[in-house]
Amino acid sequence: MVTGATHGEVVVEVRDMTTRFGDKLVHDRINLDVYRGEILAIVGGSGSGKSTLLREMVMLQKPTSGSVRVLGEDASRLVDETALALRRCIGVLFQYGALFGGLTVLENVAMPLREHTELSHALIDEIAMMKLGLTGLTPDTGALFPSQLSGGMRKRAALSRAIALDPELLFLDEPTSGLDPVTADALDELVLQLKASLGLTIVIVTHDIDSLWRVADRAVLLGDGCILGAGTVAEIARSKDPRIVAFFQGPRGRAVQG
Amino acid sequence: MSSLHKNKRSKPARVTLDEGVLRASGGWTVFHLQGVEQSLSSLSWPRTGTLQVDMQGVSALDTAGAWLLYRTVFLLTQTGLSVSVEGLSRQTQTLYEYVSRRGGVPGQLHELVKPGVIEGIGRSGVEELNKNISLIAFIGETATVAVHLLLSPLRIRWKMVLRELGEAGHKALPIVGLLAFLLGVVIAYQGGDQLRLYGANIFIADLVGLSMLRELAPLIAAIIVAGRTGSAYTAQIGTMKVTNEIDALRTMAISPIELLVIPKLIALVIALPLLTIFADIMGIFGGMVMASTMLGLSMATFLDRLVEAVSLQAYLTGVGKAPVFAAIIAIVGCFQGFQVAGSAESVGRQTTLSVVQSIFWVIVINALFSVAFSQLGL
Repeated sequence: MVTGATHGEVVVEVRDMTTRFGDKLVHDRINLDVYRGEILAIVGGSGSGKSTLLREMVMLQKPTSGSVRVLGEDASRLVDETALALRRCIGVLFQYGALFGGLTVLENVAMPLREHTELSHALIDEIAMMKLGLTGLTPDTGALFPSQLSGGMRKRAALSRAIALDPELLFLDEPTSGLDPVTADALDELVLQLKASLGLTIVIVTHDIDSLWRVADRAVLLGDGCILGAGTVAEIARSKDPRIVAFFQGPRGRAVQG
Repeated sequence: MSSLHKNKRSKPARVTLDEGVLRASGGWTVFHLQGVEQSLSSLSWPRTGTLQVDMQGVSALDTAGAWLLYRTVFLLTQTGLSVSVEGLSRQTQTLYEYVSRRGGVPGQLHELVKPGVIEGIGRSGVEELNKNISLIAFIGETATVAVHLLLSPLRIRWKMVLRELGEAGHKALPIVGLLAFLLGVVIAYQGGDQLRLYGANIFIADLVGLSMLRELAPLIAAIIVAGRTGSAYTAQIGTMKVTNEIDALRTMAISPIELLVIPKLIALVIALPLLTIFADIMGIFGGMVMASTMLGLSMATFLDRLVEAVSLQAYLTGVGKAPVFAAIIAIVGCFQGFQVAGSAESVGRQTTLSVVQSIFWVIVINALFSVAFSQLGL
């Protein structure tokens, strides 16, 4: 496993980023690097600005000040064409899947392929089917509509869509939230497998401590608008900062380490 | 150099076949595959023997490329060739094996058959039947709840009724007024021309008065309300259904019908007759303005004639239809909302259906009223 010390190419670079919503200061001049080939977890309590940070990295929202560079491009001031090219290199799994309800699972996965490549329809359908296979779904799932799927299957289907264009950078927003422990474990396993086989760089936003220990190479802990701790999970967990202690040493956190 | 630029620079994937060796080159990634897909299907493969796939010259391979390779190898093996893949780096070898192990069987897709014609007809028939049954069930349920509530009127949510009344009635006044006025103008304008030919200018009051009060004002008000309010009912209830809010109400032992449908129904049954009366007034006013400017008929003369021409009965038959239209619009709007299943698209579909069906039924019932009234000699 990659430790916090071995740093390669930086694929996401957040510099002095400040975000405010009205009077509320969400991020106060935070700095953050994501290195190629690692799984970085962004953790923190509810309302600590994890999801906002993710939205800023995938160019859905602009920070109030500071910069976000994704794959070397400044994501906060991108013109249309570069933004499109950049978006094709990243995949996003939304918390609730965000599968299009009017399309079947297979059509959902095939959609980015149809929009952005000129492959034949037959091959696109097969590639979409293969992506379902990579995330552990059976081919017959492809014919179902998202409303017919269970929570775990929906996450898998959404993950298939997120990797449809073979992105080098994958953002996962709460991949294990709302799943039972067994299904959540399986999904963690899948994320590790995808990283190992496809060489992905993955940014996970989570508040699931189990999942944090299992998959993350490195983590950053957000709280009070700044980064409370960064490094490997074990390094952060050793911190004496009372806010970090509160996060890791709550009854749930202890159960994991014990 | 960022990988974004690398991706752009990557060369399209290519293959050449000579003497039992398939040489691949370029970037075998999803954005660069379209050419190689075509050339793979047009190559003349050897019928027997061995084929070596040389991937040495490939600069990049992703899952789509790996799949195309695996699929080609798989299909060629099926024809009796013995195929070997060489020249993959350690990393791409892992990827290739992962994709071939987990990606399923090539060509399996086509086994997912769509239902045949007869099955399709059967399915949609059953679906339609179920929809109609559930409409009847919905009307029945609403009626039961309504009767219960009428017996204990304090349980009716009057606050909700007032809010819906403001939404459906008060806020619709400008648009209903304007359209009814214009309708009155148009009728007077078109009819006035004809009447002038016969010097029967004064009968413009009969024409505008009767057509507006008996038919057009109730219809225009109902059509506007169906488009404005019926659609809003469907969208609101449908969205609540998608987000499980309806289920939440049920688990809290609150009847969604009592909370959502009955207040809307009561509000609309009150609002639409009032809107109809407003449309009556504005329509006649429109006709009156037109009569005085085009036919030189003074407003006083017009009103004198109107009182003679239009009986109280004509006015009441017009306004009397409005509560029926209101009930149709509210029931159809709410019912279609409850029919929403699963997705945002479904909300859109049911909202369209709601407007189309309520306008359809308003016009059909209006026609039935006309027949019934003429049979009764009203």
